[in-house]
Amino acid sequence: MAFINPKKKEVQAKIVYYGPGRGGKTTNLEYIYKRFKNRIKTDMVVIKTHGDRTLFFDFLPFDVGKINGYDIKIQLYTVPGQLKYDATRQLVLRGADGVVFVADSLTVRREKNILSLKNLQKNLTANNKNIFTIPLVLQYNKRDLEKQGIPILSLETLEKDLNSQLKVPSIEASALAGTNVALTLKNIISLTVSSLKKELT
Amino acid sequence: MSYTFGPEQLDGIEEVLQNDLMNLGVHSVVLIDTAGNIITHLDNGEMGHDIYSLAALAAGNFGAMSSMAKMIGEKEFSLLFHKGIKENLHFSKVSTDFLLVTIFGNEVSLGFLRLKVAEAIEKIDKILEPSLA
Repeated sequence: MAFINPKKKEVQAKIVYYGPGRGGKTTNLEYIYKRFKNRIKTDMVVIKTHGDRTLFFDFLPFDVGKINGYDIKIQLYTVPGQLKYDATRQLVLRGADGVVFVADSLTVRREKNILSLKNLQKNLTANNKNIFTIPLVLQYNKRDLEKQGIPILSLETLEKDLNSQLKVPSIEASALAGTNVALTLKNIISLTVSSLKKELT
Repeated sequence: MSYTFGPEQLDGIEEVLQNDLMNLGVHSVVLIDTAGNIITHLDNGEMGHDIYSLAALAAGNFGAMSSMAKMIGEKEFSLLFHKGIKENLHFSKVSTDFLLVTIFGNEVSLGFLRLKVAEAIEKIDKILEPSLA
């Protein structure tokens, strides 16, 4: 839940990158950190396990600039994707104002995407939020792998599996190459900020 | 969805934190919500901590401890304390959705700090009450 500080003319909002394990959530944040270093005053916080997977969350504060005279500070978080970390996922989702669902385009990960999206719905409900009303963007990651001959899911399949009911913006991307990482961020920030905007007038 | 406090509430909270904690000699004090947003922050001007990251980690840490509390049959742990060589961290819950994080050195006794934190929280509760009702 965003906090509006009328005294400092500042809004803090939280955007969470969600999705199956090894789907590229942390890679999204790492790319944003590299690309927008001038807007990020601090180091990215990462809590990783021994095997280099996200254990708790990654965290990156990002200054968007001013809207209606308010400084908009967006806090970007990732959750751990592995099934066993459900308790921490639910914790990181607490107070989220917007969600990016990073789906893995690899054909072998089809089931994992669907399960993770269902898990998002369950954990949003547990936090008194609704997957159909919270600002949400789908990112179909790893599209670049097709060029290397690795089997990936078609856009139609991904849309049918994940977006047939939600009907939210979906973006093809490659987090590793940085393709459309910024576009995804721009989309979710604009959805999140416009949902807060009416309260800033 | 968002929430806000009026400037007079924020001024009131800052006054309490200044009088009860900063004047005691603590290095830094931050009131955050359980989502990791910073409500207010005071420091002695010498610390220069990355307060946004600290708030995110503090909220995560407290959330994790609360989940552990439930696992062992406790409703929650209402305070946490981490001891360092020079700097120490004290976390305390404020109403249901906020946390007070105090960073202090060894010149402040933990017992006295806990007493002052409890007093400050009582006052902050009163300031927040109208917004949380």
